[in-house]
Order: sequence, then C-alpha cells, then structure tokens
Amino acid sequence: MCGIVGLLIKKPNMRDQLGALMVPMLVGMTERGPSSAGLAVYSPPVELSSHKFSLYSGEHAMDWSDLLRRLSKNFDGIHEISPLGNQAVLTSGVDPDSLVTWITQLREPVAVLSVGQSIALYKDVGTPAEIAERYQFKTLRGSHLVGHTRMATESAVTPAHAHPFTAGRDFCLVHNGSLSNPHLVRKKLEPLGIHFDTDNDTEAACRFFEWRLREGDSLKTAVQRGFNELDGFYTFLMGTDQELLLVRDAFACKPAVVAETDEFVAIASEFRSLAHLPGIAHATLFEPKPEEIYSWRI
Amino acid sequence: MANLKPIAAGPIREFDLEKDSLRELNQFLHSAATSHCQIQVRNPNGAHSIACGLNSELDVRIFGHVGYYAAGMNKLATVTIEGNAGPGVAENMMSGQVHVKGFASTAAGASAHGGLLVIDGDASLRCGISLKGADIVVGGSVGSFSAFMAQAGRIVICGDAEDALGDSLYEAVIYVRGKVASLGADARFEPMTEADFDTLRQLLKSAGLEYEASDFKRVASAKKMYHWHADANQEY
Repeated sequence: MCGIVGLLIKKPNMRDQLGALMVPMLVGMTERGPSSAGLAVYSPPVELSSHKFSLYSGEHAMDWSDLLRRLSKNFDGIHEISPLGNQAVLTSGVDPDSLVTWITQLREPVAVLSVGQSIALYKDVGTPAEIAERYQFKTLRGSHLVGHTRMATESAVTPAHAHPFTAGRDFCLVHNGSLSNPHLVRKKLEPLGIHFDTDNDTEAACRFFEWRLREGDSLKTAVQRGFNELDGFYTFLMGTDQELLLVRDAFACKPAVVAETDEFVAIASEFRSLAHLPGIAHATLFEPKPEEIYSWRI
Repeated sequence: MANLKPIAAGPIREFDLEKDSLRELNQFLHSAATSHCQIQVRNPNGAHSIACGLNSELDVRIFGHVGYYAAGMNKLATVTIEGNAGPGVAENMMSGQVHVKGFASTAAGASAHGGLLVIDGDASLRCGISLKGADIVVGGSVGSFSAFMAQAGRIVICGDAEDALGDSLYEAVIYVRGKVASLGADARFEPMTEADFDTLRQLLKSAGLEYEASDFKRVASAKKMYHWHADANQEY
C-alpha cells in the first residue's frame, strides 16, 4: 500500500502556499505509507543554460560548501548550492551529463535525485511528518508537485527505493500498486543503454515512460503505450515542468480522488488528504476512471 | 429524496470528528444508550470505518465525505451519508438501510447479506461484488465487474454499466436501465416477467427514484458455469 498526493496551483498568487497546502495532504497519507516519503516540486525554470540538481548524501554529513569549491575548481561558470541537511539543490550551467558523472565519481556517497530546470526532489526514509519537517516542505513554493508516502511491498525500504522516481530531465513518477513485469520492461530497456539505479518495479515504469518521451511521444501517448507494456496494478501520478498526469490501471484497484476548484487541482489516494484544502466544500470531486488519462497543465 | 425509513423524533446527539475521536463515535453507536436519539456526524473528512458494525435501530446522519468501509457490517440501523463514500461502503451489511447521497467508490455493498443500499450518484468498479442477499439501487452508473459472483439479492442500475457486468453470477438478479458495455461470463439478458416489474417498482420506490420499470432490462445467470463441462474448451 502507498499514498499518492499531487497539487497544481492555478492562481499564480497562491503559489507561495504550495508547500503549506501540501504538508497536511502528505501527512494525511501516513497510514498508507509510514516507511518513507518524498516529493518533487516544480517552480519557474532556472536560466536556459542552467540546471538544478537535487543531491542527497544519506547518513553522510556532507560539507556542501566544500563540494561547491571543488566543483568551481573543475568547472568554469557560476554554481550555487542551497543545502538542507543531507539534501542540497545545486544550480549550475555545467552540462548535466558531465556534472552527474563528476558527482557519481566523488569519494562521498552523493546521489543525484533529479535533474532539470524546474524540478527539485526530496525523499528519504521516515514518516511523512518527519520528512516534511526534515526538508521544511511547508516553505516550498512553486506551481505543482508530486508526492508519495510508501509502505514497501516488493523491494527494500531505502531512500533510493522511495518515490518519486525520476528519469531524464524534469520528469518524475509516483506509484501506488505493484507491477508484475518490471524485469521484462527492464530487459527491454537496458540493451538500449538505459541504466537502472534500483530493483524497484516503479523505476521500470518511470524509465519506460521517459524513454518514450525521448523517442518523441507525448506523455499521453507514452502512457497509452504503457497500457500494453506494463502489467500489474497501478495508480501513477507523473509530473513534468508543464503538467501533472494521472492514470489508473484497467482494474482500478488502487484508489484516487481528484478535487478541482478555480484555484487548484488536488489529487490524493483518499479524500482524507484533501479535506483541509480551502474551498474543498465547493470543489468538483471525482474518482479517475480506469485507463482514462487525466492531465492538467500549469 | 429517497423514501427510506423516516427519522425518529427525539433528541439529537452530535459528533464532530474534528474534535471527537472516531473511536468515541463508534463506541457510542455500539452502546445501548443510543436507542432514542438521532446521531449526527459532522466533519467526517474521509475517515475510515465510520458507523461500522451497528447492531440496533439507530438513525445516523453523516454530513460530508466518508472513507473506507463506512456503515460496514450494518445491522438494523439507517445510515445516511450526505456526501461521497470511499471503498467498501456498507460491505457485508446484514440488514437496515444505507443511503449515499453522492457517489460511491469501489466495492460498494460488497458481500452484503441483507438490507438496502441506495447510492444516488455513480458507483465505481465491483459494485455488489459477491452480493449475498442485499438490495442495491444505484441512481447513476456502475463501473466494471459490478455484481461479480453475486449470489443472491437484487441490483438496480438506473444509468449505464461498464464492462463485465454480472460476471460469474449465481442467483442475484440485475435490473439495468442504460447501456451495458459488456456482460461478464455466463451473464445474459432475460425477458422481464410481471414479478420482475413488481420487484423493480418496489425497489425504485424504496430508493425514491421515479423511473419507469419498463425501461429496465433483466440480467441473470445463464447457469452454464454451475457445473463442470469436461468437453468445453474452457474459453469462458
């Protein structure tokens, strides 16, 4: 079992409240996912030649300013870092592939959780309330976010197995359910040079969709292909810099409910994560139908 | 407005789930002290198992949306939900009445043995799965696999049905007014008899719905799966 939350703020003047509105949504899904939690937040893109890199050092007490100094020695240009304990968001104009390679070769265990111009990603092991506090989720600002609370059923409880999963740039996915053919998907993708970080079933879905996006599919087309390629139970919520996309498998075993007002679109596994939202009493509420693709653009 | 059991006159006991705990509410509902009052529940906020396991002739009104298993295992009580219901509303109901004024999520009325479940809006997938004798009236449409393996009872669908309606039905009977995307294995349309019209009129009246009985079709089991056919090629 897992919990999914998503929030897209339509009114630009409400985007400062994105994190504050979301924290009770995430905490509301604690019973569905008490072991780990995470979220991806999308804010206006950094300059065209720059990218944001969400970094995570786990239990290692990372000296992020030292990392910045070493980075400046190796690469020209302006680099900035916003550290928050074992997590930091690095903004740099260095080519993303070169920078990720450089980071993975560091002596410290630093993982790159996301790369993009809009996305920042936080995830860790712990209760949703602990993780919301650890990364000060209530202060997050932006247009939309994708969040998840995890109760592991098919692979280990580690930060790397927590959701959201990312692949490519500015793309993330969270999953409630379990896939029965992730290894087949992986066997198909690995010969194409697609690298996997974990043995998690959700990562297979995430990498499959991102591969299709790179091949030129729209996200909707990629998800439609997924109906034939991905076997199992799922409610998927995906984020790009422009949109949120929600889809449930043909059997709709995993719950989801959507609330829409003029101000926001909020998605959660259950209504109890939406009950606190302003104007919820007058929101349009519905359950997404099986194999129907719902998407909302910023 | 459904023509369900009228509200008993008497004092009102109110619970506000933003202040009172769910356990307090359910323990009160299970206690003998409740017999002569109407119980109103405010701010349910999607909590699970509200008014579960009731065992006496209570009148419970819930103002808002409820989570999983609301009014599950209900016996004798009348539970009205002025909002939407999460998965498994009135599951395993034995008797009494449950009325959802909004929509209901998956597996509404699952394996209910008796009583009446009325859903004014749509019901999601697997409505009335393994029904064992209760009656379900859905004012809107139902999702796929509704009435799957339903053994006894009646399901009235005033809107449409998605795929595999009545798959592997036993003795339960379905009356459907709208389009049926597909019937499940061994389910078939059958002609309506006078007895069907009488039953249907009475169920529609109980639910407060004014549809013409003549607009409905009967779906029941062809009973071809009751016995093993060694010669069949197992393509159900």
